[in-house]
Parts: sequence; structure tokens; C-alpha cells
Amino acid sequence: MTAVPDIEFRGVTKRYGAVTAVSGIDLAIPPSAFVALLGPSGCGKTTCLRMIGGFEQPSEGQVFIRGQDMAGTPPYRRPVNMVFQQYALFPHLDVEANVSYGLRQARPRLSSQEIGRRAGEALEMVRLAGYGGRKIHELSGGQQQRVALARALVNKPAVLLLDEPLAALDKKLRTDMQIELQNLQREIGITFVLVTHDQEEALSMSDFVCVMNGGRIVQLGQPSEIYDEPADLFVADFVGKTNLLSGTVTGHSGDLVDIALADGTVIAARKRTALRQGETVSVSLRPESLSLGAPAGGPLKGIVRNRIFLGSTAEYAIEVQGIGTLLAKADHLIGQGNLFKPGEPVAIGYASGTPLAFPETKNNGTNQRVNQHVEIIS
Amino acid sequence: MHGNRFRHNFLTALLLAPATAWLVVFLVLPFIAIAIFSVGERAPEGGYQAAFTFAQYANLPARATAFWNTMVLAPVGALACLLVAYPVAYYLALRAPARWRLILLALVVIPFWTSLLMRTYAWMYILGGRGIPALLAFVGIEDVRLINTPGAVLLGIVYGYLPLMILPIYVSLERLDRRLLEASADLGATPLSTFVGVTLKLSLPGVMTGFSLVMILLLGEYLIPTLLGGGKVFFIGNALVDLFLQSRNWPFGSAIAITLVAVSVVVLIAANRISTRVSGARRVDLI
Repeated sequence: MTAVPDIEFRGVTKRYGAVTAVSGIDLAIPPSAFVALLGPSGCGKTTCLRMIGGFEQPSEGQVFIRGQDMAGTPPYRRPVNMVFQQYALFPHLDVEANVSYGLRQARPRLSSQEIGRRAGEALEMVRLAGYGGRKIHELSGGQQQRVALARALVNKPAVLLLDEPLAALDKKLRTDMQIELQNLQREIGITFVLVTHDQEEALSMSDFVCVMNGGRIVQLGQPSEIYDEPADLFVADFVGKTNLLSGTVTGHSGDLVDIALADGTVIAARKRTALRQGETVSVSLRPESLSLGAPAGGPLKGIVRNRIFLGSTAEYAIEVQGIGTLLAKADHLIGQGNLFKPGEPVAIGYASGTPLAFPETKNNGTNQRVNQHVEIIS
Repeated sequence: MHGNRFRHNFLTALLLAPATAWLVVFLVLPFIAIAIFSVGERAPEGGYQAAFTFAQYANLPARATAFWNTMVLAPVGALACLLVAYPVAYYLALRAPARWRLILLALVVIPFWTSLLMRTYAWMYILGGRGIPALLAFVGIEDVRLINTPGAVLLGIVYGYLPLMILPIYVSLERLDRRLLEASADLGATPLSTFVGVTLKLSLPGVMTGFSLVMILLLGEYLIPTLLGGGKVFFIGNALVDLFLQSRNWPFGSAIAITLVAVSVVVLIAANRISTRVSGARRVDLI
């Protein structure tokens, strides 16, 4: 990467008293990228965003914005703007005044025509032209969201920070806004950094996903990489739905390892790290990589317990003796009658190469392995 | 169902009865009496004599000085109170460490546990000849006069009414969404413009509540000016005491009292309007 990264973290650690929220993070975000910081609550993603915004200072390390060390630079002198969680719109100002707030802070002062024109443009960009005179409390959640976007973009920031921007919207609106945000990012071409705990949101919108856990980056990659090649058990479990089966390593055959499951079935799985003979592992099997068939074939046999019909697909909860309940997803092909009924015995197959084996870890073990993976990525 | 509702209504009435009775006996009835007195005449031996005349109101200019002094004292006193109270409330709500907040807030309220009369007497002593002036004389600064000056009155007022001003401002600042301050900084506003453009405007309901509360109480204040101002400057409060207790001109006193109530109501409405407009709040709490 030759271009100066828009955002760069170098060895950033943030401690609150005895608690370490962010621990030794190195991260470079290239220009014009849509990056999602994804992780469960308390993983440090919001702290990272707030350190870019200038609301928190790193305890160690440096944050750079377009190559400039931001140490000691207050939020009002940083070339970034944020869309806050629940928007934080000014309740005492109307839509127009909220949007032009940033413009009115500019020194030397902008002319009122200039302010009016640019605020109008920003409102147009989020399709709220004509709403300038509305009070904030008169707007719907989705409209408030767009005012927050316009307000943050009006100053033409180098980077737009989004803190769980869609969390307060209902599902339908959220999907619409996902598309709208993606279009907006392409249109204006600046870097968007999105913080979310919703893996679907992160995968669907961003160019890069940075998965965080326990204050560290666990994996950085394109959405498809994160989903198909999770770096560890945490990512496999956190991103998307998956079945995790416990087993023991019984042999190696090339790139694959043979894993004996609890019921004795042996599965050939790919591995991300070296695995020892006899090591206890978890095998991740995505529901959509499982196929259901007549009871005769397939390595695993079970009985359908529940069927969740989802229109184009159906999800099955299948009880497998000695292993537990597996979730399988099958396309629903019209007229083929491939729906299994609860109580029906089925055979479960999987496409070769789809099972992934990970060393089983206790909670404490996660962090050590995490480091290893960051090195692999960088 | 019907009986149930009756019982429910009965219970509500029962619970509200003591407060209602109290207000009727000690507020509404006296107020009506005062209103009736104010259009009456002074009996020759003092007190009230039935009549219907606006002569008492026409006579109000006779006490113009007391009115004028009060109309200056009340807003100026409330303003002085505000200027001292706002930084304190700001510190308590936004800067003080969370674990100290309750203790500091209690310290603001504790002086209220002693009667204002006692505390004002204490100030008489502190400002009087044997207080601060004596100390100043000791270090060579002679002839400093503190007691019986307008400054002493203002100091007494600020001291006496400070908690009433601090608490509502504290509440409105406490309620302020901190993310709005971050949003303002994020959009390029310096701390000063954030304070003027966001903090101050959104705390205006609290400011107006405190201001009107203190101002209305000051409209009837007479203790502090009497004790610390030497009773040389006359206020409406003094006029009322004089008219009801000394010269026993109840109708004229009543007319002044009614006028005072009218002024208070106007102040309240104006304060409400201002803070609603500026802060965009849909509702203003007047304690």
C-alpha cells in the first residue's frame, strides 16, 4: 500500500483504571474504504472509534489521520466527523440548523449564502430536501438518521465515523439504509469507519471487516474471507451461524485433518493452525454447507426436530445421536417437494473442504492466539 | 364494575382531600379575602370596611418608590444569584467526580436546615463593626463600611437564595445528553461555542425556573433588606408589613399585594415563554 492510510493505529492501548479496553492495536485503513469494526459489546470497537474522533486518548501508541499524529488534537480540530449512536441531534435546533451547525463553526466565517447552499446540498444528498424547517422531534427514526448523516458530511470530513448507526431502526429500514450508506460512500468516495455488533450489517456493507474481541483485532479481511476463512473459533462462531462439533484429531492427510466426533464419525476438515494428534478441536460446519438426503447416504444420520420455513430457504434443526442438534439450511426449490418433516429421519452430508477445525480454547486462551493471527494478516 | 369505580373515585377524593382543604383554607380563601379587601375602604379605626372602589389601586403611585426598589432588587438579586449559581451547578453536574457529587449537593442544601433569620443575623455580625471591618482595621485598612449598604443586601440575597437557583440548573444540566456536547465538538465547535450554543441553551429551562423562583420570592422579600440594608431602603415587603401591622390600612395593603401577585404571574409566563422558545423544549418545569 503506497498511499498514506486515512487512519492508522500504531500499538494503541487504552486502559480505564485496571481495565484494558483496547490492547496493542495496529491497523491501517486505506483511503476510500468502507471498513467495519465488528465485535461483541465490550470488545473495544467503540473505544477505537472514539480515539479516532478524539473523545478518548490512547494510553499508549499513536493514532494517525492521513499521516498526522493526532496526539493532543481535540475533536474540534480533527478532519473527521461522527454519526453518533441514537444520532445526538440538537433538540433545540431545527433540521437546517442541525445540518449547518458544523459550517457555522468554520473560521474564517462562511457567508450565510454559502452556509445555506451547502446545508441544502447535504440535505439533498440524504434525500431530505425541503425538511430544513422541521423540528427534530417531528422526524421519524429513519429521517433523524439521515439528518445525522447530512450533519456529519456537511464539513466534508476526510473520514466519516459511524457508531452503530442503524441499531435504532427497524429491520426493513435498516436494510434500505445499508444500501443507501453503501451508495453514499461510493458517491462521495471518502473512508467510512462503521462500528457494529451486527455481523450481517458488517458483512453486507463494508469492503473490509475488522473483527475484534477482548480489545484486540482477531481478523481483518474482506467479508467473504471473514465468513469463509474465519481465523479462529471466535470468528467462526461470531460471524454467521455455524454448527460447532467437538472432536479429536486422529490423523493428517495432506492439508486436511481427520477429526473423530463424539459418536465416532470421522470428518475430514481443513485447519487454520497446526493441530497435534489427539488434540481436542471444534469443527465448524456452516448450516448452508450441509445437505440433507435420503436416510441411506451421508456420514451423519439424524432426525428432523424442527423446520423453520423461510420462503426461499428452510432451516432444519436435526438431532444427531451422540452429537447433539445440528442446524441445516436447504434451498426451497419450487415443486421439488424437498421439504423434510419433523420426525423424519435424514442423512446429513457436507461438501468436502467446508468443515474447518479449530483448537478448542478456554476464554483466556483466545488472546494469545489472537496475536498470532494479526501477524499473519499484516 | 360501577361500585368499583365509585370506590376508586372515593379513594382518590379521600387522598386529595387534606391537600385540597389546606390550599383552600390557607391560600384560596385568604386570596379571595385580599381581593375583596383591595376594593374596599379603610375603616376609621383601621382594618377593612366594605365598599366597592378602585381608589386603593389609584393610590398605588404613593408607594412608587417601594415598587421601584423592589422591581430593581428582585431581578438584580436573581441575576447575581444566577451568576454565582451557574458555575456551581455546572461543576456539580458536569465536572465533579461522581462519588463526590451527592456529598457536594448535600453541602449546597444543608444551610437550608437553619432558619434564614438566624443566618442573616450571622451575616449582620460578620459584616458589622466587629466582623470583617474590624479584621481589616487590624491589618491597617480603616473605616470600611459593609453593613447597611446595597452590597450587603445583595450578598445576603445571593447567600440566602443560592440553593434555590443551583438545584434547578443542576437538574437541567444533569439531564443534558453528554453526546450532544461531543457532537458539537465533533462538528468543529470550540469548548466556548459548545457552551454557548448547546450547554447554555439546553439548560435554559433550569435557569428560568431558578430565576423566576428566586425573583418571585425576592418580590416579597423584606427580611434581608431590613437586617443587612439597615431598613433605609423601602421595599414592597416592608410596605406590606407597615400597612397591615402598623397603619392598619388593610385595603391599600391588599391592593399592593394583588398587584404583586399579578407581576409574579407575568414574570412566570414570560420566563416560560423565553425558555420554551430558546431551548426548543416542549415543556418547562416550574418545580
